[in-house]
Amino acid sequence: MNQPITVFVCAETPCLSMGSDDVFEALKAEVARQKLTNVNIEISGCHGHGLCNHGPSVVVEPEGVFYLGVRPEDVPELVGSHLRDGRPVERLLYQEKATGKIIPHYREINFYKKQQRLILRNCGRINPEKIDQYINVGGYRALAKALLEMTPIQVIEEVKRSGLRGRGGAGFPTGRKWEFGYNVLSDKKYVICNADEGDPGAFMDRSVLEADPHAVVEGLIIAGYAIGANDGYVYLRAEYPLAVKRVSIALEQAREKGFLGMDILGSGFNFNIHMKEGAGAFVCGEETALIASIESLRGMPRPRPPYPAQSGLFGKPTTINNVKTLASVPAVIDRGADWFAGIGSEKSKGTTVLALSGKIVNSGLVEVPMGTSLSTIIFDIGGGIPDGRRLKAVQTGGPSGGCIPARFPDTPVDYETLSLLGSILGSGGMVVMDDTTCMVEVARYFLSFTQAESCGKCVPCRLGTKQMLEILTRITRGRGKESDIDTLYDIARTVKECSLCGLGQTCPNPVLSTLSYFRDEYEAHIKKKNCPANQCRPLSRKASATVKS
Amino acid sequence: MPRITIDGRPVAADTGSTVLAAALKAGVYVPHLCFLPDLDPYGGCRLCVVEIEGMRGLPAACTTPVRDGMVVHSDVPAVNHVRRVTAELIIADHQASCLECTSNQRCELQRAAAHLGIDQSRLRPGTRRAVKDTSNPFFIRDMSKCVLCTRCVRLCHEIRGVGAIDVISRGYDARVAPFWETPIVESTCESCGMCVDACPVGALRPKNEQLPPAELVRTVCPYCGCGCGLVLGVRGKKIVQVRGDGFDTGKQAQLCVKGRFGLDFVSSPERLTSPLIRHNGKLEPASWDEALALAAGGFSRIRDTFGPDALAGFASAKCTNEENYLFQKFMRAAVGTNNVDHCARLCHASTVAGLGMAFGSGAMTNSVAELENADCIFVIGSNTSEAHPVVALRIKAAVSKRGADLIIADPRRIDLTRFARFHLRHRCGADVMLLNAIMHVIVTEGLEDRDFLDERTENFGSAWEVIRHCSPEAAEAVTGVPAGDIRGAAVLFARAGRAAIVYSMGVTQHVTGTDNVLALANLAMLTGNVGIESAGVYPLRGQNNVQGACDMGALPDWFPGYRKPADNLVRKSFERAWGRSLPEKPGLTATETLDAVFKGRIRGLYIMGENPALSDPNVSRTERALEKVDFLVVQDIFLTETAAHADIVLPGASFAEKDGTFTNTERRVQRVRKALPAPGEAKEDLWIIRALSERMGYPMIYPDAAAVMVEIAALIPIYGGISYERLENGGLQWPCPDGSHPGTPFLHRGGFIRGRGRFHPTPYREPAELPDAEYPLLLSTGRLLHHFHTGTLSRKTGGLETLSRPGLVEVNPDDAEVFGIRDGDRVLIESRRGRVEAWAAVTGRARQGMVFLPFHFRETPANVLTNDALDPSAKIPEFKVCAVRVKPASVPL
Repeated sequence: MNQPITVFVCAETPCLSMGSDDVFEALKAEVARQKLTNVNIEISGCHGHGLCNHGPSVVVEPEGVFYLGVRPEDVPELVGSHLRDGRPVERLLYQEKATGKIIPHYREINFYKKQQRLILRNCGRINPEKIDQYINVGGYRALAKALLEMTPIQVIEEVKRSGLRGRGGAGFPTGRKWEFGYNVLSDKKYVICNADEGDPGAFMDRSVLEADPHAVVEGLIIAGYAIGANDGYVYLRAEYPLAVKRVSIALEQAREKGFLGMDILGSGFNFNIHMKEGAGAFVCGEETALIASIESLRGMPRPRPPYPAQSGLFGKPTTINNVKTLASVPAVIDRGADWFAGIGSEKSKGTTVLALSGKIVNSGLVEVPMGTSLSTIIFDIGGGIPDGRRLKAVQTGGPSGGCIPARFPDTPVDYETLSLLGSILGSGGMVVMDDTTCMVEVARYFLSFTQAESCGKCVPCRLGTKQMLEILTRITRGRGKESDIDTLYDIARTVKECSLCGLGQTCPNPVLSTLSYFRDEYEAHIKKKNCPANQCRPLSRKASATVKS
Repeated sequence: MPRITIDGRPVAADTGSTVLAAALKAGVYVPHLCFLPDLDPYGGCRLCVVEIEGMRGLPAACTTPVRDGMVVHSDVPAVNHVRRVTAELIIADHQASCLECTSNQRCELQRAAAHLGIDQSRLRPGTRRAVKDTSNPFFIRDMSKCVLCTRCVRLCHEIRGVGAIDVISRGYDARVAPFWETPIVESTCESCGMCVDACPVGALRPKNEQLPPAELVRTVCPYCGCGCGLVLGVRGKKIVQVRGDGFDTGKQAQLCVKGRFGLDFVSSPERLTSPLIRHNGKLEPASWDEALALAAGGFSRIRDTFGPDALAGFASAKCTNEENYLFQKFMRAAVGTNNVDHCARLCHASTVAGLGMAFGSGAMTNSVAELENADCIFVIGSNTSEAHPVVALRIKAAVSKRGADLIIADPRRIDLTRFARFHLRHRCGADVMLLNAIMHVIVTEGLEDRDFLDERTENFGSAWEVIRHCSPEAAEAVTGVPAGDIRGAAVLFARAGRAAIVYSMGVTQHVTGTDNVLALANLAMLTGNVGIESAGVYPLRGQNNVQGACDMGALPDWFPGYRKPADNLVRKSFERAWGRSLPEKPGLTATETLDAVFKGRIRGLYIMGENPALSDPNVSRTERALEKVDFLVVQDIFLTETAAHADIVLPGASFAEKDGTFTNTERRVQRVRKALPAPGEAKEDLWIIRALSERMGYPMIYPDAAAVMVEIAALIPIYGGISYERLENGGLQWPCPDGSHPGTPFLHRGGFIRGRGRFHPTPYREPAELPDAEYPLLLSTGRLLHHFHTGTLSRKTGGLETLSRPGLVEVNPDDAEVFGIRDGDRVLIESRRGRVEAWAAVTGRARQGMVFLPFHFRETPANVLTNDALDPSAKIPEFKVCAVRVKPASVPL
């Protein structure tokens, strides 16, 4: 027992909500009580993405032993048995559902085996509140390389060559975006980290910000250097108080270390980062609405042109990147464009983080190379559909995504393919649906979210979503008319084609994709007053009443 | 110029134009609701989506800039299909049947629906609940008809700088409302009504426009000196609609609440409709023959008995140039005296004197529109957004659109301070000290324009001898403005490329008024800000035609065109033109005239369109003078407080009932056009003056007002090129010496009118009366947004009365505490000259130690209190400073 041991207690929001901070305190106290001198207790990001519902997770490194559902009362045993005597506590180890097998090391768990962690590379491996731990795993090495060895153009070229594309959903090539920013002449420019993660069920940005905030800070500084900005903003939703805290700590530490401020690392480059908390509007994740929000205006999108790259924050050229994009940047610079371009598919490079949820055995954050097939994700990593049900469809890309029917299992997950099938990669949401899911209800459900989140500026989105929602509600309640399908289609198309911003342009996707792949279900609701999945209650009740009589 | 194709039709677009603007300009209708040329592109209604070759999707035409060679498809099935759905969505968002609504005859939604062939909506009507707000006296906000195009919101923010309304809530719940959803009348709304004109549907409707006009008449607003163009909609013999005159700019011309809604006085039942003669102490109707014979007889008798200088006349800044010209000609040629003056004496006499001494001309140096391009604007002694609202829009635009720096020097926290970098809250009357300190900073920091001083000006040395003793610290002690703020503002002003100075009564109405103006002239010259565009000195004239009345020589010491009666050549030329020998000695000023009445030197008075009984300082004394004078003839459109003292009252015509010209604050001569006949027996003022003159043996023959302008152009060189023909398409700014001259937007280009600009030393002098133990507070007077001058015109509009409650005195909260006054209390205000009761409005707007009382209201006549001490050179009274005490009215004296 001479090798130093580090115990990482997950301190992301879900584990904290289950009391991981008590476990952390108990561990520290117990280690002190038992006088173990070679044991460090640290908080960290999540190791158990996907297993969060099992409660506070604890990892003992360097062995990589993975505990789940640890409670303060388990701590004396864990410290005495494992940390002192080297005997892991079997009852707290991960047990594979399908086989009942106990798997002590997380690297051996199927859920992780097929994943490739690039964006989430440091999650669970370091204490996010200690900059030295980030530096120890290679952090800020890319910053030094960019600032001291590369010109801004070289940085941009490297990012272009890597094929990195915007991870916010639209997939615009990051290097080209930076090039626009670089080429605009202005006395003042801004870079903004868009951390207004708003899709329900998407929590990858939160995870990165809570578990590895320095990666984002480092990426943002490099972005600022590349385009020639001296000020950056992190626009972070206020619903993520822990992320706000961690990023604030990271900024403070980076400032102390001289990674922010004047003449960074002696390069002559000055850069500062300000934080702005969002106030709960989904639409503020849209670039121009986000800018308006930082300017203390009403968070509404505005027409483009002018593009933010020409006239953005306070009328100055502004480059906006997503959290995951920026977290990828240090890896790209540090390990090189070729390494990064070696991961992923032909047009979509690198990895993507998906929030796997719904009717699936293992739900949670999954990071895979771009182009990994749906079936690999659902069956190999996700462990398949529970309760012996059949896969019916996968809804991707958050509430604005479409539903891909089960008949396309080999679909590679990348920007182009998903959009061809009427969906989007979007923020990386992935909701798995089995044969008990009503597709009309799915469309209604997602639309109820976007309808509530429409800012109200443009007519198609403000009124079109309302009308569509009313029609869908009518249909699921058995009051649909035959003309409703045409009307719904007309409105959905108009909202998609005519809306001002991305919210409106994509929000009809759940409607249009279900209309296109599952039209028969709509017709059954309207003509036969029957919900084939037996989910729409008014219809189910009516059907069973009919059977009874 | 980019050329594009819309639906196969070649269109030449303006550079920088959007596809929609280009299409509309070419006469191609593209459905739209949220677009308004005045506002930034919004892209909200999405009705103007088009197909553009080479572009993805359906871009909105209103937000897409044109590019040369663009091929646009608008009226095609794919586009019209989605537009139809969008229009259906809007139509379905109303509970009532939108397509049958008649609340807006020019409803743009109905037009779009008709264009798209929608006769009914297949969608279920919305269930949105909406307020109908009728609280504003002038317009209705019926939000059930709102389509959320936000033209009103954007106009209120972008152009008016008010922001009384905004979109609140989001998505389907989004709606336009004032802050906290109060009734609009309780918001910061200024009731300008521009949003009503901007509304494409029937959500905002005027209350007072029942019938469409039968005829439109272009003319000029009769209120302040901004000189806004009006289009009067006339039906029968009534004005049924008022709009701003945008000429051919295609944009909405901005007006304020008074111009837009405050013209009820024209058809007021209180108008004078027949001459009145005093019989046994009472004014009784009489015929014109009687009245004119009596008036002419009375004047002739006094002239023949006591000499022409026993008569005096007050011309009018509300009347036209032609009328003022004839009035002074009548006084000089028919009567034979220079005793002619008008209310400029009470507002800008110190400007005419001061700027005349420093620059060689008393007029505004630059044009109002140029303010938008100034880099720094220094507003001192002008509550611009209330007294000159449309000029204030330019200042706000300079700040909000171009990032200009605004410096305000005002004891009150006026609305414009919202836009200001510095608010220098100096004590009333300490202006000279403040300005000297600003110049002290500029010189000690080495920021003066040395070349300009050397090449264009003279006598700086003697001014410096005074300024050098006025450090910011010394000034802080006198003005109460922190030295740091004085320094900051001075540096900001001096460093600006083009810096403009805007001022008004707060500068001029002091016993040191002329010195105040001279100090401002010094500041402008010190920083080289005269003779260039978007800089200069902007005295804002208070009346629609106060500039013109001065130009016309309605002044005791100037013949028309600012020429000296004492100059033999000048006098001879006028004598030749007018066929009479003319007096050489300057006449009495308006303020001196009243003194002369008490001394028996003035025996007869002819007052045209002025109301000294309410407007002059220490009015109790003025009233005694009006009572004492032997013979008083008043020519007006109402029985004013002054007319009530008259022996004979002659009913004149309002601005809407005659032809003529007004010259606004920026020297712009503009056409006033007759829209209506004068009521009853009332006559156009030109007719009255001529009739009187003829009866006094000096006939003046002019077929019409245009003929008077011909004579004016012949005799006044700066008006030499002005004729009604040339004024048809907008005004001309003097100097305009000949028929081909385009007018002069800014003066002193390349050199001052007087040769070199002259610095004058301006040592600080205290106001005539400062607070003391007995009268511990300082009273200042001024205007409110909703009223004008003595209220003769504005108070005939009921809605304006609703919006500004008469009789409020602003008291600072600290003073209120000291004197035991609560908000809303009835208080007694006393000065050494009189007492007034008013209601206290306890507000931080007023500086500590001062109270503010508007002078519009006869119920609380501020000028009972004011001091009639005069500026020694300009003879302007000190309206802005006197000492008062304030106490709850219930406390026994």
